[in-house]
Amino acid sequence: MSTFDEIPKTQQEALRTVVLWLADDRLIHGHRLSEWAGHGPELEEDLALANMALDMIGHASSLYAYVAKLEGREEEDYHAYFRDDIDFTNCAMVELPRGDFAFTMARQFLFSVHAFLLYQALMDVLEDEELAGILKKHFKEIRYHLRHSGEWMRRLGDGTDESRERVQHALDDLWMYTGELFTSNAHIEATVRFEVFTDPATLHAPWMEMVRQVLDDATLTMPDQNQYMFDGARQGRHTEHLGRLLAEMQFLRRSYPDASWT
Amino acid sequence: MSSNDSTEWPLWEVFYQPKNGKPFEHAGSLHAPDAEMALLNARDTYARRNEGIAIWVVPSDQITASTPEDAGPFFDPANEKPYRHPQFYSVPRAVKKRS
Amino acid sequence: MNTEQELKQFQERIDNGEKIEPKDAMPERYRKQLIRMMSQHAHSEIVGMLPEGNWITRAPSLKRKMVLLAKVQDEAGHGLYLYSATETLGARRQDLVEDYLYGSAKYSSIFNYPTLTYADICVIGWLVDGAAIVNQTMLAKSSYGPYARANLRICKEESFHKKQGYEMLAKMASGTPEQQKMAQDAVNRWWWPTLMMFGPHDSDSPNSAELIRWGVKTKTNDELRVHFVDRMVMEAEAIGITLPDPDLRYNEETGHWDFGLIPWDEFWSVVKGDGPMNRERIRARRHAYEEGAWVREAATEYARKQRLRAEKAS
Repeated sequence: MSTFDEIPKTQQEALRTVVLWLADDRLIHGHRLSEWAGHGPELEEDLALANMALDMIGHASSLYAYVAKLEGREEEDYHAYFRDDIDFTNCAMVELPRGDFAFTMARQFLFSVHAFLLYQALMDVLEDEELAGILKKHFKEIRYHLRHSGEWMRRLGDGTDESRERVQHALDDLWMYTGELFTSNAHIEATVRFEVFTDPATLHAPWMEMVRQVLDDATLTMPDQNQYMFDGARQGRHTEHLGRLLAEMQFLRRSYPDASWT
Repeated sequence: MSSNDSTEWPLWEVFYQPKNGKPFEHAGSLHAPDAEMALLNARDTYARRNEGIAIWVVPSDQITASTPEDAGPFFDPANEKPYRHPQFYSVPRAVKKRS
Repeated sequence: MNTEQELKQFQERIDNGEKIEPKDAMPERYRKQLIRMMSQHAHSEIVGMLPEGNWITRAPSLKRKMVLLAKVQDEAGHGLYLYSATETLGARRQDLVEDYLYGSAKYSSIFNYPTLTYADICVIGWLVDGAAIVNQTMLAKSSYGPYARANLRICKEESFHKKQGYEMLAKMASGTPEQQKMAQDAVNRWWWPTLMMFGPHDSDSPNSAELIRWGVKTKTNDELRVHFVDRMVMEAEAIGITLPDPDLRYNEETGHWDFGLIPWDEFWSVVKGDGPMNRERIRARRHAYEEGAWVREAATEYARKQRLRAEKAS
């Protein structure tokens, strides 16, 4: 099923759509974080980045397994390895190349604030106990990512001139990808109607507030809200980066579809 | 760009409590710019397999240690005071069984 | 500590199986040898992240991806434990790091070989980690307390590294024809470099005798190597992998497997910097170090500002 032209017609379909949003976000974000392994700015931070990558990929894995179960599919990794970029529904922010440490941390921070609020809302909305249980486990780690990335925003923003400049740049570059986290469309409306998702617009004010607090501490400037905002990644309209990322991630599994790797 | 300018962060000692009610143990050390980051790094380094439920971090240069020369005067006296050690006391058999 | 008497007392402590702790008196050469050996061990863990890290983004399942990432992360952790242990001898981590990035300090040559297929990841787990465990199990009994404790912790964490590698290699060796080919090819390429990991023959290893006398090591390079080969022959056979040595033969007299000539010319040339990946590995690590400088400085500066603010407020 192609994701962007079919609006969920049942609650089951809506649930599947939502869980794939969450899973794709985490897999792709985890992939970018995992690229830091062995290249971190300090040994201790290498360990921290790997932990966040492991959390993200672990979250994705448990969510894909949940979807596979919904679909009666045996292969839990199917959605990670056998879909093309137009079928992936992650937000565009997470597929951008890892950039420097400032970019990675700024993205981690913006993403974590959103994840924190979204998970809070979803744990309220979702009636499925198994899924709520999965999200609850993730939530603990999300709070940690938020703390870790928030602390780094303060240190980079209120550190040296160079670090402030780098992290301000990163924020400015990332900002146009934050819009789609809060906009709605027919797909999203359907999932809200089926009571498996929360109206994204309601997350915007608290997100701005949490981001603003840390940016103020960090002596950073909130980028201009009235600028072009990228949109459509949740419906498979991605940047050019995702195709390359998937080519790398999927090549081995797809080259030998008969081989077992588990 | 080998340099003598140190960009190295200070050293911290990490202690963790393996389980509720247990005493803290020394886990190892790490580098961190300040206490908050030391705490986060300690979690990522020394508790990444859930080794602990609580962590202390202390700047390494704040630790005062006994020297080997102290070994005699510091620790020998206890050897002369067997009553300080639990093995000194005998416990009734019935009590032993229960513990 | 220089006098005959002091040296004799130190040797007696070692011979009694006592552990030496950071503040204890020790011969200057003992300290120096330890710093050299321990930091080299630490550098190896860190550089060792690169060949395996090369496959994290391409791992063939999410489970394999997480296992590999966790393993590479452990290597960072192990490097950190080992640097910490070295720092107890009065060395500064940054100096140690700069000494292998820009100076003459070494790391294990095994990491100067490329990981060409995913089977290399399995073989590194099986052979390279297998060899490392043999070595580290011995070092967990080292006479220097902090080094022994670091190795003990490493051994505990590392047992899964070898297991997962062997398990996956066994799968590949009995998998599709392509998987079998990759598995055997990887073993062919890694076998000899792995045997070199134990270091030169005892007759060419001037440091060995001294390290053994001081209880830093308890077995010679050749003893460890023989022990390792015996095990690997058995494990290779069990999963249908051929070790690329036509001279492998069981020796009834010694009870060990005899093996062919190790290509020592290659070993010395890689040690001196001329291996397939030496330059790339160092370039990657230098880049991480230099590109990390502004991050480390930023955090240091923030900490300084925070201290000033706290002082002002009080």
